[in-house]
Amino acid sequence: MLRIAKLPIAIFALFIIVFPWIARHIPAIDHYTDIMVFAGIYCLITIGLSLLMGYAGQISIGHAAFFGIGAYISAILTATYGLNPWACMLVAMFITALIALLVGTPSLKLKGHYLAMATLAFGIIIFIIFNEEAEWTGGPDGMSGIPGLSLFGFEFDTVEKYFYLVWCFVFAAFIFTANIIQSGTGRALRAIHTSELAASAMGVDVSRFKILIFGYSAVLASVAGSLYAHYINFVNPSTFDLFFSIKLLIMIALGGMHNIWGAIIGAGLITFLSYEWLHFFEEFEVIVYGAILLLVTIFLPQGLAGVPGIVKGWFRS
Amino acid sequence: MEKITFASQLLQYLITGLTVGSVYAMVAVGFNIIYNVTEIINFAQGEFVMLGGLIMVFFHVAVGLPLILAFPATVILVTLVGMLLDRMAIRPIRRPSVLTLIIATIAASILIKGAAMFIWGKDPYDLPAFSGRNPITFLGAVIQPQYLWVIGFLIITVITLSIFFNRTIIGKAMTACADNADAASLVGINVKQMILLSFALSAGIGAVAGITVTPISLMEYDRGVMLAIKGFGAAILGGLGSFPGAILGGLIIGSIESFGAGLISSGYKDAFALLVLIAVLFFKPSGILGSIEISKIKRF
Amino acid sequence: MTLRRITVLTTICLFGIGLFISQAQAFKGTYKVGALFAVTGKWSFLGDPEKKTAEMLVEQINAAGGVNGRKLELIVYDTEGDATKTNLAFKKLITKNKVCAVIGPSGSGTTMAIVPVAEQNETPLISCAASYKIVHNDKTGKPYKWVFKTPQTDTMAAEAIYTHLFKRGITKIAIVSVTSGFGASGRGELIRLAPKYGMTIVADEKYGPKDTDMTAQLTKIKGKAPQALVNWSVGPTQVTVLRNYRDLGMDKIPFYQSHGFGSRKNIELAAGAAEGVYCPLGACNIAELLPANHPQKDVTMQYMKNYKAKYNEPLSSFGGHAWDSLNMVVQALSNVGDDKAKIRDYLENNIKGFVGQHGVFNYSPDDHNGLTNESFAMVIVKDGDWALAD
Repeated sequence: MLRIAKLPIAIFALFIIVFPWIARHIPAIDHYTDIMVFAGIYCLITIGLSLLMGYAGQISIGHAAFFGIGAYISAILTATYGLNPWACMLVAMFITALIALLVGTPSLKLKGHYLAMATLAFGIIIFIIFNEEAEWTGGPDGMSGIPGLSLFGFEFDTVEKYFYLVWCFVFAAFIFTANIIQSGTGRALRAIHTSELAASAMGVDVSRFKILIFGYSAVLASVAGSLYAHYINFVNPSTFDLFFSIKLLIMIALGGMHNIWGAIIGAGLITFLSYEWLHFFEEFEVIVYGAILLLVTIFLPQGLAGVPGIVKGWFRS
Repeated sequence: MEKITFASQLLQYLITGLTVGSVYAMVAVGFNIIYNVTEIINFAQGEFVMLGGLIMVFFHVAVGLPLILAFPATVILVTLVGMLLDRMAIRPIRRPSVLTLIIATIAASILIKGAAMFIWGKDPYDLPAFSGRNPITFLGAVIQPQYLWVIGFLIITVITLSIFFNRTIIGKAMTACADNADAASLVGINVKQMILLSFALSAGIGAVAGITVTPISLMEYDRGVMLAIKGFGAAILGGLGSFPGAILGGLIIGSIESFGAGLISSGYKDAFALLVLIAVLFFKPSGILGSIEISKIKRF
Repeated sequence: MTLRRITVLTTICLFGIGLFISQAQAFKGTYKVGALFAVTGKWSFLGDPEKKTAEMLVEQINAAGGVNGRKLELIVYDTEGDATKTNLAFKKLITKNKVCAVIGPSGSGTTMAIVPVAEQNETPLISCAASYKIVHNDKTGKPYKWVFKTPQTDTMAAEAIYTHLFKRGITKIAIVSVTSGFGASGRGELIRLAPKYGMTIVADEKYGPKDTDMTAQLTKIKGKAPQALVNWSVGPTQVTVLRNYRDLGMDKIPFYQSHGFGSRKNIELAAGAAEGVYCPLGACNIAELLPANHPQKDVTMQYMKNYKAKYNEPLSSFGGHAWDSLNMVVQALSNVGDDKAKIRDYLENNIKGFVGQHGVFNYSPDDHNGLTNESFAMVIVKDGDWALAD
């Protein structure tokens, strides 16, 4: 999808602006605004990840690690050292980018299964570090006392204020990413995804692009992590475990990885399923996730974002 | 309690390492069988081990079948699950790419794990040791008889597989598929059936590992993931696709874990296997016994 | 176009139905109390008995006429042991269900995730989780204003173990603990209190919650020749460590479990390996063994009988925490009604000599846990069951 239409973005923006007002006036969905905050946070991660997986064709089963690194750096610097949260978010982005560079450079030379396993191993090692280095991270019981966010004295201390804050970030990321896709970088990525050999024969610096996008997706995840930490004012390692990395994969697969809207649809749906609609299944919601993932892989490889295309295809034939 | 000498400690670490390494080796062998025929990495490999343990508990403890009957019954049932995996998760994919296949096997592993949680709950289950629990003391270290059963079954599995792949027609047919699937089907080999068979074999071997290790460390529904990851590490360390490599890799990783936990830090025990995996991937992806040429012609 | 219209219409219809259903569920004139338990998920062995206990109590109370003549309504949300879900559920309880107090959550991590929410929304929270951090604000050195807890702290369990070791003249011990929050907290306390009892910790090993073999760690410990072994974990690893300890021939030295061992199921699973193992337990686990004049004898025997009769399974130590939390809320309600601030004040100042399942509670502005070392008794496994240790 090379041209990102402006109208759907405007309509979606309108939806987001009025959503809290609607939710407040319907008691049954009053708490949906809260859930939408998390949906927004996860959207930040999936937007980056869909660029990495859908456009550049690289797999990462360890992205929860970057989410966690952003969250913990923000947490440690603000709670233990009392530094300015916004500055800490920038520091977290920088450190995450460095780590992504360090890990990505050797990893992205690998292909397919090897890359998947390298990211998987990386994700788990980071998780183990969060658990073990209790002096810094508070260990398995987590770290509390993380301050909230405020800007020039305006405190983001209610659900609705944080909702708008997070979704501003999402829109910024969306538009920035859409620009990347429509630029020369985006074309280079599509070329790499189709055939690395051909792309490099055409003069595309394959490694540089892959690492760039890997770093970009890591930084977005880090921002999401910081926002998460300042919202719940608490972090613990189990939020950033392997299952969360897999959940991110499910979001991308369900939404559709070749389309940036897929990132939003997937994150939104899975968040609501997770926190609201699958209560009936309790802990067996994992079976639903497995089933969704399998069915989508077999029957709907383009994800839900690919559905309009399929329907148009029906009408044509 | 008398003090144990450092040498005996080292011996103990080695014994534990070889035992747990044998389980990783069996998982790695399972990976290799499927990989050799299909070039797919089956993320659900660890779940076969888990199912082996739990289904054995069902047959032997709940139903009361004697060991000699429950063992094959369990292996057969898990083999069927493996075949189901191929039929329902792998075969239906119309345009297989690395990404879709990885995701499909991840989905399958989540489903199997969820089903196991539903059937057996979250509690661990126990199996009686095959030949009792009287420990054998050897140079100051302690060997449980069950450890010998685990290592013994690894040896039996390896010998059986070697005979199968080198001496039987079907085994050779499977090897042919691994080398070149198109050529194989041209000479009349039903590639789809070979793939099914590879899943069946893998599942069966996983089951054996699960059955033999449960009397030592119990078994619960979510043991599969870490086993799969470490088993994969073993397969890569030894060279993906090589059976002797899988065994070597498994035993090495098991030993590194055991020595690492004993001599360095027990909190980071899981990390040792993962660090080895990453080191191999970064520096020598073809592994110890694998060759670079082979890893380059593989499609994925 | 048609597809879009159908979608919009369906969505509106679904919304309408959802609204209708949710409105139909509003009760009037009841006391609403919220509960957050890890009913399912990896901490379900905590949350499931807690939920069962709470529901059993509500049934009993309402059958006897309710509180102040009004029905007690318990709204339970399953946290699945997940911090994010707990946070969302707690806010839902406050804003949507408008509860006057909340009991739970089951775990320390999930509790810490909602302490700020309790403080910000001024809602009393009586947690069923163990960490001392729940009732201790590191920055002020005092408890959080709106948060209380009922389980004993790890400090008390560690002191119970050390007191017993001291009595036996043991000075060199080895610790092995799980890398979870529970294990880390217990290990921290054992290390901190060791000098007070003259204990030297010769080995300090760890294992993961999913580990299946601890022989490496125990072999290392064997090399240091301790006089006793203390294991701090909860879940299947407690049994595995026990089996490894026997398999390695270490059973000449005594083995102490943490209070996480408090379930007859663990004894069963250990298949005889638990014989002679020591463990500190709260009164409700050993109701039958308590002397007749023990202050908690009556309530623990009652609870044991009622739970077994209703659910046909032996009681679990953890359900007792929910018993304690809910009954305190009920006592507050019957005295001051459902004003959140009044309930909080009542809990802080008027819970004195409250006889519960896990101890006799005395809350105060400086102490929102209310228990002492008396809340643990040292128990030994004898003939496959608990017996008081001497």
